[in-house]
Amino acid sequence: MAEVILDHVYKRFGNVTAVKDFNLHVKDEEFMVFVGPSGCGKTTTLRMIAGLEEISDGTLKIGDRVVNDVPPKDRDIAMVFQNYALYPHMNVYQNMSFGLRLRRTPKDEIDRRVREAAQILQIEHLLDRRPRELSGGQRQRVALGRAIVREPKVFLMDEPLSNLDAKLRVEMRASISKLHRRLGVTTIYVTHDQVEAMTMGSRIVVMKDGLIQQVDTPINLYDKPVNKFVGGFMGSPAMNFLVGTVEGGSIKSSTFNVTPDAELKQKLQNYGGKKVYLGIRPENLHLSEGANEGNSIKAIVEVVEPLGAETIIIASVEGDQSLVARLGSHIAVKAGDQVNLVADPDKVQAFDLDSEANIRFS
Amino acid sequence: MADTAVSTNVSSTASLRDGPRGPKPRRTFSRRNILLYGTLFVIAVYYAIPLYVMIVTSLKGMPEVRMGNIFSPPLEITFAPWVKAWSQACTGLTCKGLSIGFWNSVRITVPSVIISTIIASVNGYALANWRFKGANVFFTILIFGSFIPYQVLLYPVVILLREIGLYGKLAGLVIVHTIFGMPILTLLFRNYFSSLPEELFKAARVDGAGFWGIFLRVMLPMSIPIFAVAIILQVTGIWNDFLFGVVYTGPESYPMTVALNNIVNSTQGVVEYNVNMAATIITGLVPLTIYFVSGKLFVRGIAAGAVKG
Repeated sequence: MAEVILDHVYKRFGNVTAVKDFNLHVKDEEFMVFVGPSGCGKTTTLRMIAGLEEISDGTLKIGDRVVNDVPPKDRDIAMVFQNYALYPHMNVYQNMSFGLRLRRTPKDEIDRRVREAAQILQIEHLLDRRPRELSGGQRQRVALGRAIVREPKVFLMDEPLSNLDAKLRVEMRASISKLHRRLGVTTIYVTHDQVEAMTMGSRIVVMKDGLIQQVDTPINLYDKPVNKFVGGFMGSPAMNFLVGTVEGGSIKSSTFNVTPDAELKQKLQNYGGKKVYLGIRPENLHLSEGANEGNSIKAIVEVVEPLGAETIIIASVEGDQSLVARLGSHIAVKAGDQVNLVADPDKVQAFDLDSEANIRFS
Repeated sequence: MADTAVSTNVSSTASLRDGPRGPKPRRTFSRRNILLYGTLFVIAVYYAIPLYVMIVTSLKGMPEVRMGNIFSPPLEITFAPWVKAWSQACTGLTCKGLSIGFWNSVRITVPSVIISTIIASVNGYALANWRFKGANVFFTILIFGSFIPYQVLLYPVVILLREIGLYGKLAGLVIVHTIFGMPILTLLFRNYFSSLPEELFKAARVDGAGFWGIFLRVMLPMSIPIFAVAIILQVTGIWNDFLFGVVYTGPESYPMTVALNNIVNSTQGVVEYNVNMAATIITGLVPLTIYFVSGKLFVRGIAAGAVKG
């Protein structure tokens, strides 16, 4: 059990800076998720914590110890890799006990820990098999088991579920969450999948181009994105962005006029006459019967996706901007219809056109 | 029982669909087959005839050899030429046959192969996985080294060996073979180790293994095929080497290839073709055996190293 503290950490590869000024305090027993598009530096950061990449600048602490120059084997961490990285020439038992054998742990202690981990992961019947005789999900469990038996201070997981099929991924997501609750080990989990991040993380770090965008709990990230990137990255279907002009506290264009709540209205005062991004989540849009002059978006429906519990419509605004709305279950709308959509005033976000920062929280 | 069950089954379905079923049978003597196997046969004969001539000649006595029917099988099979080639044929001044050269070759090949394979595998592993500072420069120099013609280096190496007192000795030749085998073997191992998933190496590091721990307990067990390739390359290369053998060793320590040359080129009276043929076959037996025994491993290893590099 330990905290992980990154203080002004940089990673440079030649002229390229892959990670810039990374500051983070991962608390004891926390499940911290790094999320971002590929190439954002999340895996590089994880590898620096593991000791597989050198830290170009800054300090890294695990527990009370600065570990910048400590080799991976002495950092008391365990890592799970995307492609499992099981040793092909060893059976499951040998794979799981390899780390302990290298540390000269007594035989009966090794045996106890391996069997305990195998029991937790329900792979007791596989201990004699070779990795090639296992399915993807079983391999993933063995890889987790190899990390568990070490009883490390920190678990590092590098996209451990990306190689599994969709159904198995949902299952393993739950198992990993349960495992974390049961063992209470500080975990840092890297993924590019925002659903994994939202469902598993106690807190989430959203990264882009080597920079931390925002660190917060899943719900806060969802409700209060600090910028357009975070707003668009978290949530599925993604947040809609329309470009409009600020006029008297409302955001307008020829086809829409959205009036936000008082809080945002006040912040928009400085933006009079300027263009901004209007950000609305699909579930914050509703159909309106009559033309509501104060607060409506005119859109042409292009696709209707009835999903039973809800209906997703994809519509176009002003011909070139697309808008996704998540509506009730039985809606009499068909492709080609013109609809009026109303946005929840308190859920509307506005982003600066240049800095893309959220104006509501600026 | 099973047969009858099947046949009744077939007959019941056959009533539904009459006529022949299954893929159209191929004719054995189609034009394609004749051309293909014909070509293969001609090539096989082309390569096999010299070997055939060697074997039959080596089993003939000298009178029969002098009759000149090189393609005819021996009328009277004799192993005397083989015995003579092995233990009595004259190599220059001494007449002890190939046996001395054979044992010299063994004493040269075994340590050279072992030492060079071990060093090259560690080199390749360090270059592929540890990427130490200057690794690329080191690798470039090594590869560049393999393009320098041996002839250029012959004399400098003579001086070098003379200075360290190993010129004309077996140990000197072992060192030369080890060094000259290094570039190609290192390249071979480096490419193989780079083709293994990088995560295995990283997992082992996180698990707590060091440089040697990873090499011995993770990398080695996964690289049997490439070791087979390296050993085969080295054994055949060193066993067949003539140039280094003749330059860097003395008459008592000549390897087998040099001894063979001396037997074949010694002209004392008649040229004993049968003995020469037998000596040549004996010399070639070692690499030949290795190919036969490990051909499959060799192909697998070459493929494994070549697919990803």
